[in-house]
Amino acid sequence: MSGDPTRSAVSQLVVPVTEDDHQQGPDDAPVTLVEYGDYQCSYCGQAYPLIKDVQEQFGDDLRFVFRNFPLTSIHEYAQHAAEAAEAAGGQGEEEFWSMHDLLYENQDALDDESLITYAEQLGLDPERFRSDFASHAFEDRIHEQFVGGARSGVNGTPTFYINGERYDGSWSPSPLSTAIQRVLSSSR
Amino acid sequence: MSTDHYTLSSGEIHREPLSAGTRAPEFTLPTTPDQTVSLSDFHGQPVVLAFYPADWSPTCGDQLSLYNQLLPEFQAHGAQLLGVSVDGVWCHRAFEEDRNIHFPLLADFEPKGAIAKAYGVYRDDVGTSERALFVIDAGGIIQWSYVSPVGINPGADGILRELEALSTTVELEEGR
Repeated sequence: MSGDPTRSAVSQLVVPVTEDDHQQGPDDAPVTLVEYGDYQCSYCGQAYPLIKDVQEQFGDDLRFVFRNFPLTSIHEYAQHAAEAAEAAGGQGEEEFWSMHDLLYENQDALDDESLITYAEQLGLDPERFRSDFASHAFEDRIHEQFVGGARSGVNGTPTFYINGERYDGSWSPSPLSTAIQRVLSSSR
Repeated sequence: MSTDHYTLSSGEIHREPLSAGTRAPEFTLPTTPDQTVSLSDFHGQPVVLAFYPADWSPTCGDQLSLYNQLLPEFQAHGAQLLGVSVDGVWCHRAFEEDRNIHFPLLADFEPKGAIAKAYGVYRDDVGTSERALFVIDAGGIIQWSYVSPVGINPGADGILRELEALSTTVELEEGR
């Protein structure tokens, strides 16, 4: 147990990135950016295009991982939106990311009916999607990610980790890319 | 402060946050217009005491909503979560209803901040408590305390880590 009251070191990601994660970018990229996000959270919505920017900027030097952290007590659509993204992911990695993008681009329409429309729009196997969605097939996975995030110090959404260390700075593009650049430079 | 007393002597003030190993000062505070909660109500189980500056934090996914959603994880360790701020009971009630909060919010309202002062986490300059966490074991001893930098939501990793450690200790003792 700790002794003195701590203003402790930065929180660390306690659940390592594995092949089970949804990821973009190479496995051996020198920098891994993990986001714990909520599809209904407006701040995550604001961060969404900024992540695209840093992905473009860093190319193969950056691996991006998205994990679910739906704040269901304040966001009524967040859980089902996460389940829809994971149900899409059940049909393929590309399908996951297409759904992920679509949800962030349509944050004002995340009701069940809209989610099913998005699945159709993306050309997913409709029966499989409906069945996975209706049976909450990915509920446990989402809950595990939520608890893993809490144990890693996720303190709201979005929370980012750069190579396993919580990033507490602003997630506007230049501070985030500066932080990534710093980690990248030190990894070389 | 004697190590065995369990009531808060009036006006006890600590300037520094109480640290691990200290007996947690007893308190009785209103949680609704007609109910009070005392620390000793939870003797025999761990208590997580979360001081926060004010109800109605404007941030998305603020600290209390996060803890609210983590209640099953805290309960898995047999722990009781209590939130404390200098807001009054009516303010707490409106806030609880708005955010669907399912754990007690205590009003450290009159005399203002007395419990925050007893735990060494009152900010005289702004008249609120710090954003401070205490994990108190089943015997009433503080096992961990943490003061978050102003403006940074501390999350729950420290709390969960301490509760896991406490559960492990209990299991080891029971296993003997």
